[in-house]
Amino acid sequence: MLFDVRLPIGLLFLAIGLLVMGVGLTGDPKMLDAHGAGLNIDLVWGAVMAVFGAIMLVLTLRARRAGAPPPSDED
Amino acid sequence: MHMGAVDWGILALYLIFVLGIGIVSARRAKSGADFFLAGRAIPAWVCGLAFISANLGAQEVIGMGASGAKYGIATAHFYWIGAIPAMVFIGVFMMPFYYGSKARSAPEYLRMRFDEKTRALNAVTFALMTILNSGISMYALAKLIQTLHVFDAPFAHLGLPQSWIFHGAILTAAAVVLVYIYMGGLRGAIYNEVLQFFLIVAGFAPLVWLGLKQVGGWEGLQTSLGPGYTHAWAGMAHATTNKLGVDWFGLTMGLGFVLSFGYWCTDFLVVQRAMAANSMSAARRTPLIAAGVKMFIPFIVILPGLIAIALTSAPDHPGKAPVPAVRAGEIVQHEPGVIPIKIDSATGKPMLNARGQPQLDYDLATPNLLLRYFPIGMVGVGLTALLASFMSGMAGGVTAFNTVFTYDIYQAYIRREAPDAHYLLVGRLTTLFGIAASVAAAYLCSQFNNINDFLQLVMAFVNAPVFATFLLGMFWKRTTGHGAFIGLAAGTLTAAIHHGLTLPVDDLVGLKGGWIAVKHTYVSEMAQNFWIAIWAWSACFLTTIAVSLMTRPKADTELAGLVYSLTPKIAVAKGAWYMNPVLLGVILLIATIGLNLLFR
Repeated sequence: MLFDVRLPIGLLFLAIGLLVMGVGLTGDPKMLDAHGAGLNIDLVWGAVMAVFGAIMLVLTLRARRAGAPPPSDED
Repeated sequence: MHMGAVDWGILALYLIFVLGIGIVSARRAKSGADFFLAGRAIPAWVCGLAFISANLGAQEVIGMGASGAKYGIATAHFYWIGAIPAMVFIGVFMMPFYYGSKARSAPEYLRMRFDEKTRALNAVTFALMTILNSGISMYALAKLIQTLHVFDAPFAHLGLPQSWIFHGAILTAAAVVLVYIYMGGLRGAIYNEVLQFFLIVAGFAPLVWLGLKQVGGWEGLQTSLGPGYTHAWAGMAHATTNKLGVDWFGLTMGLGFVLSFGYWCTDFLVVQRAMAANSMSAARRTPLIAAGVKMFIPFIVILPGLIAIALTSAPDHPGKAPVPAVRAGEIVQHEPGVIPIKIDSATGKPMLNARGQPQLDYDLATPNLLLRYFPIGMVGVGLTALLASFMSGMAGGVTAFNTVFTYDIYQAYIRREAPDAHYLLVGRLTTLFGIAASVAAAYLCSQFNNINDFLQLVMAFVNAPVFATFLLGMFWKRTTGHGAFIGLAAGTLTAAIHHGLTLPVDDLVGLKGGWIAVKHTYVSEMAQNFWIAIWAWSACFLTTIAVSLMTRPKADTELAGLVYSLTPKIAVAKGAWYMNPVLLGVILLIATIGLNLLFR
C-alpha cells in the first residue's frame, strides 16, 4: 500500500483547526479582535482549516474503500 | 507578543507530524533509487506542490514581504515575469530530456550530453552553493526568531541565556530536517513539502485577509500608498521612473529570461522534484501544476509587505485617512508602525540612508504584521507557517545536495563501482554532513557581516551563464563538451568583470562593485544584477558556440534522447485536457498575461 499524504495533512489540519476554533469560541473577544477588524479570525480560520482537514480525510478514506492507490497517473 | 499554550501545542503538533512522515517514508527507502529519486513513483500533483514548496523557503517568504513593503506590487515581477514563463518552458520543452535520459541529476545529464569536466564543474559549484545557501537561510531564520522575541519568556523561565535562542532555533530546525531526510530520503522531503505548502498558505492567507480589512481593502491600499506601490508596470519605460530602478528591457531580459530560466530550468533543487514523478507525463506536468499555483503566491507573500507599509505610514486606519504617495526610504514613521526602524547591531543606533533619514527594517514587515495582528491561536498557525517554509526550503537544498554529492562526486571520482546499499549509506551520511555544513555556514554568517553579500555575489556569477549551456546542449546538437566548459568559465568571468566595472549609484566601491574601475553606474543594485546576468549569459552563449564550432561534436547516435532534434517527439497523451502539457502551458501563459494586465 502506497503512502497517501492526504492522511497526515487531513489529521493535522483537523487537529489545528479544532484547537484554533476552540480559542475562538472560548477566548476573550477583546483579545481575539484587538484591532477592531470585526472578525473573530480564530473562529473563522479554525473552521476553514478543520473543514479542509476533514475533506482531505474523506478523500483518503474514499480512496481506501475503493481499494485504489493514492491519486497517481495511469498514463 | 506572548505565545499561549495553544500556540505551543500547534508548533509541537507540526513537529510530530513532520517527523512521523519521515518515519513512515523510511519504510520505503530501501534502495538508492528510493532514497535519491523517491523511486520515481510520486504523482504529479504531489511533485507539483513539492516543487513550489521547496522554493517557498523562509528567505523567500520574508524577502518577498520585505520587497513588497519597499517596492510594492512590482515585486510580483519575480513571479509573473521571473518564474512562470520559465516553468512552462521546462515542462513543455526540457523535461523530456531530463526525465527521458534517466539521468539521476542535472549534472549527470551534463555528463551524458557533454563530458566529465562539464559535469564536475556544475556538480561541485552546485553542491557548494546549495549548502552555503542553506546555511544563509538558517542564519536568517535564527536571527529573525531572536529579533521577534517570541521565545524570550520560555528561555527566561528555563534560566537559559537569551543568546541561546539563536543556537536553539538553528539546532532544532536542523535536527528535525535531518531526521526526516535521513530516514525517508527524497520521499520524506517531498511528502513533508506538500504538508508544509498547505501550512504556509494556511498561515499567510488569513494574514492578508485580516490585513486588508485593516487598510480598507485593495482600494484602501491604492489610496494610502499611491500608484507607485500598486501598479506593477508603472514607470517601467525608464530605470529612473520606477521603484525597482530597472527599465523594461533589463527586467524582461535579465530577470525574465537569463536569471529566471537559469534557475527554474537548470537548478537541480527544482528539477529533482519533477524527476521523482511516476511517469514522463507527470514529470512534464509537475512544473506546470506548480506554475498554476505559483502565479497566485504573490498574493500571500507580497501583499503582507504592502499592508505592513500602509500600516507603518498611517497606523490608524489609512483607508479612512489617506496619506500622500510615498517613496521607499521616505516613509514617515508614526509610532507604533508595523515596520520598525533598522538598528545598527554594533552601535544600537538607527541606521540612516544617504539622505540622512532612518531606514526601515523591511525584513520584519511580514513577521511583525503576523505577531501584531494575529491573536493567540493564529500566532501558532503563523509561526508554524514560517517554520514550515524554512524547513521546506532547507530540505529542498539538502536532498539535492546529497544526490549530487553521492552520484556526481562520490560515485564519479571516489568510489566508482560499489553495491547500491553502499551509495544509500553514503547518501544518508552526506545528509548528515550537509546539514552539519549548513549549520557551520550559518555560524560563519553570524561571525562575518559581509559574508552573506559575498556568497550571494559568487552564486550570481556562477549561476548567470548556466542556462546558455543547457539551452545549447538540448537544442543544438553541434554543441561540444569543450564549448560548454569554456563557455561556462567565460560567462562566470564576464559576470565578475562586469561587476568590477560597474556600481549602483548609492553604493560604495567594494562588495557592491567597481573594484576594478567604475566605468558605469546603475540606478539600483537590481539593475546591476540583471545586467550582469545578461552579459554573463551572452558571453557563455557566444563562447560556447564559437568553441563548439572549432571542436569535434559527439556522434548523433550518442545524443539520442539528449538533444531535441535527435529525440522522437512525444505523442500527446489521449485523455482530459489537463493531461496535455502544451495546452496547460498556453493556458498558464495567458493567465499570467492577464495578471500583468490586471496589475499594470
